[in-house]
Amino acid sequence: MLKELTKGIIKENPLFVQLLGVCPSLATTGSLTNALGMGAAFTMVLIGSNLIISAIKSFIPEQVRIPSYIVVIASLVTVIEMLMEAFVPDIYASLGIFIPLIVVNCIILGRAEAFANKHGLWDSLQDALGMGIGFSLALAIIATFRELLGTGKLLGIPVFGPDYQPILILILPAGAFITMGFVFAAVNYLRQRSEVRHG
Amino acid sequence: MDSTFGIIFGAIFVTNIILSQFLGLCSFLGVSKNLKNALGMSAAVAFVMILATILSWVIYYLFLAPYDLVYLKTLVFILSIATLVQLVEMFMKKNMPTLHKAMGVFLPLITTNCAILGIALINVQRDYTFIQSITNAIGTAAGYTMAIVLFSCLRERLECPEMPMCMRNLPIALITASCMSIALMGMSGIH
Repeated sequence: MLKELTKGIIKENPLFVQLLGVCPSLATTGSLTNALGMGAAFTMVLIGSNLIISAIKSFIPEQVRIPSYIVVIASLVTVIEMLMEAFVPDIYASLGIFIPLIVVNCIILGRAEAFANKHGLWDSLQDALGMGIGFSLALAIIATFRELLGTGKLLGIPVFGPDYQPILILILPAGAFITMGFVFAAVNYLRQRSEVRHG
Repeated sequence: MDSTFGIIFGAIFVTNIILSQFLGLCSFLGVSKNLKNALGMSAAVAFVMILATILSWVIYYLFLAPYDLVYLKTLVFILSIATLVQLVEMFMKKNMPTLHKAMGVFLPLITTNCAILGIALINVQRDYTFIQSITNAIGTAAGYTMAIVLFSCLRERLECPEMPMCMRNLPIALITASCMSIALMGMSGIH
């Protein structure tokens, strides 16, 4: 019954398997707080857009469906942006331009086109929740490595004690690329190993 | 930093759109497998980026700001960029077939390229004047071209060496990009 929910978390993880949404996953993973904030904002927009598009799918003419999806997504992003500015101003300030840029995140448009316009409300809700959790989880994994090794803290709380020498580069742009490279390599390694075992 | 030279230098080296701001990464990783595609993509990005900057500046200061509608900027910018790309493609197909052939396939992809919308939003955020916005767009486009062209040359070489299976393609490309980003880190702090 919940198979649409679970597929997005591991089997079709938007970042690790479908390789979508790379920009925010590099830019907002400097700290776990930012990554979780981004994941939450992203999930809320995705749930809203999947629900709305699934509800109005029969009214949208085939030829203008992509622009219509973009209007729905951009309106939702604007709402989320204003909510975040009002209620979590710290996270809003540190995520900066990446909140409005959720509009051009290919995962959301991709789910609208590939899933929500063919399925009912309940399935679309599950799909959005699953993809949202999957993406947030992927962001959290990358952010955990970067924040823990780059500053010795997690969620701002010191973990390794005062003697730890932080690998400062991991929280800089160069560290984002290198962490992402190794995380992708690990995912590939696990996938290839399971293919050998099963296939 | 607000002088013409400052903006261009900053946009190319200090806050490079790809290597330090992480915008436009999909195209950076997607079409950088050979030099020819990289050049086509960067030409298309540069062209649309400059046009989109002009358009979004005019819309923002003529229509949105005077009527207190600035909160609609994301919605309005993305729609006007999508329309602009469509019009440019139609115009090019009819009047400049050679140019359309060279960068035609890349144009539709650009609508969802976050670098374009990103620059439109950054220009407004920093309160740039019209001239400064265009300067920033030109510098950013030059920075994008530099990064993607150098990266595609490196990636062509990466096809050959032996490496563990799991490192092939994307992981090693990201680690290469990290080395390029380290090279630019030396420039940070120059204003």
